[in-house]
Amino acid sequence: MTRLRVASLLLICLIVSLALAKDAQPLGEDPAVEQRLTRLSQQLRCLVCQNETLADSRADLAEDLRGEIREQIKAGKSDKEIIAFLTQRYGDFILYKPRVTYTTYLLWFGPFILLLGGLYLLFRYIKQRRELIPETPLSADERRRAEELLASASGKEPA
Amino acid sequence: MIRYLIPLGIFIVIVIFLAIGLGRDPHEVPSPLINKAAPTFRLPQLKEPSKTFSADDMRGKVWILNVWASWCVSCREEHPLLIEYAKSGAVPIYGLNWKDKREDALAWLGDLGDPYVLSVADLDGRVAIDYGVYGAPETYVIDQSGTIRFKQIGAVTSDVWSEKILPLVQELNRQGNSK
Repeated sequence: MTRLRVASLLLICLIVSLALAKDAQPLGEDPAVEQRLTRLSQQLRCLVCQNETLADSRADLAEDLRGEIREQIKAGKSDKEIIAFLTQRYGDFILYKPRVTYTTYLLWFGPFILLLGGLYLLFRYIKQRRELIPETPLSADERRRAEELLASASGKEPA
Repeated sequence: MIRYLIPLGIFIVIVIFLAIGLGRDPHEVPSPLINKAAPTFRLPQLKEPSKTFSADDMRGKVWILNVWASWCVSCREEHPLLIEYAKSGAVPIYGLNWKDKREDALAWLGDLGDPYVLSVADLDGRVAIDYGVYGAPETYVIDQSGTIRFKQIGAVTSDVWSEKILPLVQELNRQGNSK
């Protein structure tokens, strides 16, 4: 009885794993094409999920677009041509790394401007503080007293 | 006093920027195809697959291309509006049936009514890729010269229709007639 149960369980596991195996992505026949496809689609955004790359997405459209890219690679198109094909249709938003154009200057260079601004404010602040605290040199009397104190302190607790 | 006003000022600026950012729908990606030529295609018609339809057949007319599918939930939402607008005769509406099964699509039109002059079947979604479709429904207004003038991403609402699409169609028709 138990043996039968174990056998049927095993059978179920086998069937399930077979069913899952069928769901996996069809392997491309040409590994070089697949490699280029993966590299390209990692730089592209899935428009349905938006925060996933085209390579990671399981969305229907992402699969279609990967298919389109695969065909274009096979047709001998260059990476540039394929990306141009996609941006013509879906806009620059499909690129994960935004292009450097006049609309994205603030995005690309804003952080450096902020950094420079911050450094400027920091230096100004430090300079101001230095001017606020005037250095008053010790008088001869004070210097002697300070040396006495130091001498007595170092005598008690040698470092 | 100014010591306290500066952080407050920065805070207000940040709040304004965040409020603008939150008010935007990140799902609406501006289409680069606006004011560009509508990609041409020739596809079999949904109801009569032996006949084809091409975007070029519509030269000289203002028309609407609506991307729909029977599996698309928002399409169901906008469907009664499309039927109403089609009845008004303001502008011919053509359907692009996107990645659907023919039986499902026909059943859907049978159940809910058919607002389209005709629909074409884009089974593998290649034409939809040319149009930059990334979710149904999407609606394009195309002018006499075959240029895309407007794109609605997501369901057409009565606001979008009365404030954007209808005025645009009327304006395009007026321009076309005066030429």
